[in-house]
This record gives sequence, C-alpha cells and structure tokens, in this order.
Amino acid sequence: MSRHADPVVARETIALFAGNPNAGKTTLFNLLTGARAKVGNYPGITVDKRSAKLALGDGRTVTAIDLPGTYSLTARSKEELVAVEAILAEGVHTPSCLIIVLDATTLSRGLYFGTQLLAAGVPAVVALTMMDEAKRAGINVDTDALSKALGVPVVPLVATRGEGREQLIAAISAATQSTEPPSELTPTLSDDLAKRIETVEEALVAGKLGSRDDTAAQRRLRVRALWAILSIGDDELTDIPDSLRTAVLKAREQDAPSTTVDAQLVAARYALVDRILGECLTTETGSNKNTPPKPRLASRIDDVLVHPLWGLLAFALVMFVVFQALFAWSAPMVELVESGFTWLQGLIKDVLPAGPFTDLVVDGAIGGAGAVVVFVPQIAILFIFITILEDSGYLARVAFVIDRVMAKVGLNGKAFVPMLSGFACAIPAVMATRTIESRRDRLLTMLVVPLSSCSARLPVYALMTAVVFDPQDKIGFFATGAVALFAMYVLSVVAAMTAAFVLGRTVLKGPRPTLVLELPPYRVPRALSVAQATYQRVKRFVIDAGSVILALSVVLWVLLHYPKDEAAEARFDAQREEIKAAAPEEGVSEEDAEKARTEALAAIDEEAAGVSLRHSAAGRMGHFIEPAIAPLGFDWKIGVGLVGAFAAREVFVATLGLVYDIDKADDDANAPRLQDKLRDAKHPNGERVFTPLSGVALMVFFLLSAQCMSTLAVVRRESGSWKWAGIMFGYMTTLAYVATLLVYQVGRALHLGVG
Amino acid sequence: MTLADVAIGGTAIVVGVDAPRPLALRLMELGLVAGTHVLVRRRAPLGDPLELELRGYSLSIRRDEARRIAVRA
Repeated sequence: MSRHADPVVARETIALFAGNPNAGKTTLFNLLTGARAKVGNYPGITVDKRSAKLALGDGRTVTAIDLPGTYSLTARSKEELVAVEAILAEGVHTPSCLIIVLDATTLSRGLYFGTQLLAAGVPAVVALTMMDEAKRAGINVDTDALSKALGVPVVPLVATRGEGREQLIAAISAATQSTEPPSELTPTLSDDLAKRIETVEEALVAGKLGSRDDTAAQRRLRVRALWAILSIGDDELTDIPDSLRTAVLKAREQDAPSTTVDAQLVAARYALVDRILGECLTTETGSNKNTPPKPRLASRIDDVLVHPLWGLLAFALVMFVVFQALFAWSAPMVELVESGFTWLQGLIKDVLPAGPFTDLVVDGAIGGAGAVVVFVPQIAILFIFITILEDSGYLARVAFVIDRVMAKVGLNGKAFVPMLSGFACAIPAVMATRTIESRRDRLLTMLVVPLSSCSARLPVYALMTAVVFDPQDKIGFFATGAVALFAMYVLSVVAAMTAAFVLGRTVLKGPRPTLVLELPPYRVPRALSVAQATYQRVKRFVIDAGSVILALSVVLWVLLHYPKDEAAEARFDAQREEIKAAAPEEGVSEEDAEKARTEALAAIDEEAAGVSLRHSAAGRMGHFIEPAIAPLGFDWKIGVGLVGAFAAREVFVATLGLVYDIDKADDDANAPRLQDKLRDAKHPNGERVFTPLSGVALMVFFLLSAQCMSTLAVVRRESGSWKWAGIMFGYMTTLAYVATLLVYQVGRALHLGVG
Repeated sequence: MTLADVAIGGTAIVVGVDAPRPLALRLMELGLVAGTHVLVRRRAPLGDPLELELRGYSLSIRRDEARRIAVRA
C-alpha cells in the first residue's frame, strides 16, 4: 500500500466506528447517519462493510465506516483483520477520527479494546452508550473523570432515544480537525516483555510493515507489534512474511512454563483498565472492581427463558413459530411470485414473435429470474425473525440451550437455527450461518445445512409415495407412505449430524470446537435495523447469487431444448397445419370444432415437447448416465429428470411429465395420469420401473444429493469461493449415490419391496 | 480448583487460564484474568454449557472450558 497520499485525489475524511458486539454500535451508526448506509463486502471476504456519509453540521461531511464488532485487536483471519487494517491504514485511507463505542454496563471489557484502539494514535471520541441501562443497574460513570483518564472526549448517549447525538457530532467534528493524537495510555510492562515487543517491532520495520519515521508511525508500529504477538501462530492468515512469523514465535518463547507472554500482555492491559475505572466508576455494590453486580434484568428473564422446563418449552415454541413462518406463511407469497412470473411469461409470449429467441427469453431468462425471486419471501421472513431474535438477545440463548446437542457432532449451538431453517429452504439457511463467528464452524454448518430435507423435496416424495405405495398398506396404524415420508425426515437429521461429525474431522479438521458466547442483555429490537438487515440480505442474494442462478438457468434451458429434432419438428408442424385446415365435420357446431382443434393442438404441443426433450442434450445425458444410475434402480427417463432436477429439485416432477408425455404434470387434476403412467412403466426386461424399493431409493437420492444450483451459488457467495460449493456438491452427490446404491441393492438381495 | 467445580450460584476468583493458545487468549481478553470475580449463574437446561457473570456481563462457556480456568474461593 502506498504510504503517500495521491496529491490529485482529494483525501476522504474517514471516521471509523469501533467497539464490542452488542455495544450499540450499529444503532449509533444509524442514529448519526440515518438509514442510508451503503452495504458491501470488504474486498475478497464476506464481512459486511457498512459506510455512509455523516454530515458534521459545519458544512463538512465525512465517510463513516462501521467496523465489525469485536472484543480486541487480536485477528487470526482475514475477516478479523479488517478492523486492524482500517485503524492502522496509511495514505488515502488513514482514518481522521475513531469513534470508540463503549457500553456503559460492560465498561471494563469495552475498555480493554478501547485502550488498544487509542494506542494507535488516531484522534478519537468515546461514545458511551446504554447510559439508561447502566443507571438502572446502579452503575455510575463519571464521564468527566473517564474523559480525563483517557485523554479524549467522552459523550454519554441513550442511542435508542437519540440523546447525546448533537454533542457526539460536535465532538467528531472537533476530532477530525485536530492533529493532536490522544495521549498514549501504556500498560505497565516488565522490561522483559518490553524487550520482546521491541524485537517484533524490529522485524516489522525490516519487513517494511512499519517504520519509526515519526511519532505517529512509531505508535502504529507498536500497535502492529502487539497485534502480531497476540495473533500470529494458530492463525489462518496467508500473507504473513516468514521473518515476522519467526520473530513472533521467538518473542513468545519462554524458558520456564510460567505465565505466558499472552497472559502477561492481557493482564497488564486489564490492570490499566481497572486503574482507569477506579477513578470513574462506582456501583451500588460499593466496589468498582470486578465484583459481579446484583442479578440483572436479563438474568431474571433468563430464570424463565432458560429454565429446564419453561426454557425448553419457550425454545420449542419460538422454533416452531420460525419454522411455521418459513414453511407455511411464506407459501402465499411464493405462489404470488410464481403466478406473477407465469403471467409475465404469457404476456411476453403474446408480444414477441414465436421462435427460439422468444422461448429463450421467456422460458430461459424470465424463468431463471423467477427462480431467483421465488426465494425472496423465505429469505425475507427468515431474516426478519433472525434479526429480531438476534437483536433481542434471544438468539444467543437458543445457542445456549441447544449447544449440548450440537456439541456431540462438533458443531456449536449457533448452528441450530440455520439447520432448522434448512427444512424450509437451504438458501436462507446458508445465509443465516453468518451469525456464527468462527469461520470453520460456519463452513461446517453451511456444508451440512443442505441435508436438511427442504420443502422442494416434498413434491418428489409425494409423487413417489403415491406411485409406489397402496394407500391401504399400513405399518401398524400408519400408512406405509406416511412412514416412508417420516423416515426421510429422520434420515435427514441423521445424515446432517453424521456429515457434520465426519467433515469436522476431515476436510474441516480443526482444534476441538469450543463455545465462548456472550449472552447479551435483552433489548427491544429496532424496526429500522430489522428492516435494514432483511433488505440487505435480500438485495445481496438477488444481485450476487441471482446472477449465477440466472446464468445457469439459461444454460440448463438450452440443454433441455437443444439440439432440436428437425424432422420431428417438421412433422408436428405439418400435423398442426392439418388440424387448422381441417373442415368441421357435419353436425358439429363451430364452437365445438374450435374447442376440439385447440385440444388437438395442445396434445401435439405436449407430444412435441416430449420428443424435443428426449432429443435434447439433457435427454441424451439421461441415456448417457443410464449405466451409472441403473444400479440405483433408475432408468434413462429418471436420468433426464435428474439432469433437470440439478437446477431445482421441484423441476423433477414436471420433467418426468415431459418424458412420459403427460400434459401439465404438476396440475393436480391431471396428476393421477402421471402416477398411472409411472406405475405402468417397465424396464426392457419387463420389470416395473417404480417398485416400492426403487421409489424409496429415489426418495433417498433426492434427500441426500445436492440438486439445487441456487444453494451452490449461495454457498459460493457466502464461503467466498467455488471450492466449498464444489466440496459440498462432491460429498453430497457421493453420499447420495452410495446410500441409494446400498438401499436398492440390499433391498433387492433381500427381496424387499420389489413386487 | 477449577471454575467447573464451583457450585451453581457460587462465586470464585480467577487464578489463571490453562488452555490451548487461541482459547486461552480469547477467555483472557474477555476478562477472565487473574483476580477477576466470577459468578457461576446457571447451567443450560440440558446440563451444559454454563452461564458466568463477570465484569458486568454474561458469558457462556462449556464445562470443558471451565475446567481450564483455575480459581480460588
């Protein structure tokens, strides 16, 4: 990075908002900048970058950037490094002002990070939030004394009521114009420790990662050295020079296993923090250091919400409502989107001249766009719930309550909500893994979420159970079909848990996962932040994942329709002409004749579609993969369905309809005809294609395989690379194939359900 | 004695954290440094993890992690 500002480009004035999670940083950011934040990603990583223009009231505006909430400058991954790099940036990105957001109820933990930030030498302002909560909890902060101790202005705020806004803006305005860095608050370090830090500083200077050119550079160098000592080793960073790595490891080396360098550094800083708080904090318990406060409001609410009985009931109720909303309440909206797109397709078909281009536009492009938008209702609903649960503080309790179960397979409690949501739809569920901080845990959750049996699998289950099971058949009290359906859901949970267990010990091998989770106070969610979070997720999905889905939809459409069988097309065209030209028979009214003609034409269209599909690239693929899927009990016609189902599982029923020459396969009134055809379908050797065994095998295949390009597109987006989407596709396809093979072959060997 | 041995509702004072590096550092940076008072507030309904109160906030860790934190009464 250039160390000198480009003289041509006017330097932007940057104000950084930094602080702990749950400190009210985002609420404050919204309060100051309005709801006009631009949200993007930091280059190359999936961490939200919120920025907005902040008017200072003196005619100037600054660029305000909301840094991800964190507890310290320790950063072991690219995601965590964002804050460090922003604060220590040089050149055009040098921040002019730091707004350090501190929660008045948890000052000591906040100041641990706050004093680290002040050390960087950027002019700063402390925004002291949650003043009303602190007062209720009997915590008294002497803001003047705190300001004096820290050497920067301290502005008390109740952000939810807008109190303190003007004072804060004035303080930011003053800070951006000041050239005076805040005084350096140095923890008391032993000579030994100071020497170790110095060796790392030297390595940084030698590696051109810092300099001692002036006092400002010297301060940045010191902060970077502390970051390096605490962060390097066990990290996921790839561009650390080896010389620096070696220097850091050496600086941490100890002769005797006494207190570690880490422990000494952290303890020294907390000693500094406790000293500062000694001058400005009084609590009703009479002590200002370390004493646990009297049971707080959150704690009393938790006496109910995480109670062994009431807590589990409340948990079940909340999860049921979330699931119900995703599964059932979204249905009317999904239908609306679908019918809207069907209407649009009809409209455009009428306007444009018939031909392959119109087909591509209508079925490929608009159909593809529909495939994107159709997920919007579920994404929006899930994020409304997740933001409410998260902002209220209950999401952390969900993790707390269910962690024990998730721990058994190497996940932590935060994976529960995404996995549950996966039963409705994997797309929002994958996006919901963002609430998991650890990258490894997040990737692991993302990889197993698509094994939750989503609602798109239901039409396939429904068709298969209807085809292969007699409604009169019962196992005990239950219809055999219902038992098979239930078994799919059980298998789904077992598969997801097993996959998490195995993947967590292979491709995502890491240290034994731990749970370190703050249980924030309960707070009333803000409508604005719920709306913003939901809007941003939807927008991101439509733009980023949407473009991939749209492109793949068009490709798949081409595969399903080309090449054309020219001879057959000509034959069908001739038949159409014939019907149109035919004179009405004697004694038939013009109206009836017209109706008969329309019906005959529709029948030809359907037959033509079937012929076209069988002749298309996808149809040939069906034949091509037949040898591979025959051991699973599938024939080439099912193969065509599988190719089509790669786009989205629910397409399977419609594709089978086309292969079997059924008109409107997904139309309820005509559905029995598809079922009848499937029931009668025979292999060349005379055996029935759809037996209870092959039907169940097909259901198992649909349960376990990654047939959803939208999920793959979203996993690519959320993981930042195709690699993880590829791993997911690979392991799920393998798992599906092997499991289906086992079911079918073992079933055949035992003569189960073959009749 | 470790934090895992403290009865529910009891308090203790941290002596030190003995855990693999990233975990130890994380716990210390969250305030579990020598001399800090910790209240073991409750167990999760299924028995694990624990809820601690320290430095004015609530923190949840598993019993396995709590075993790594040496405390005195």
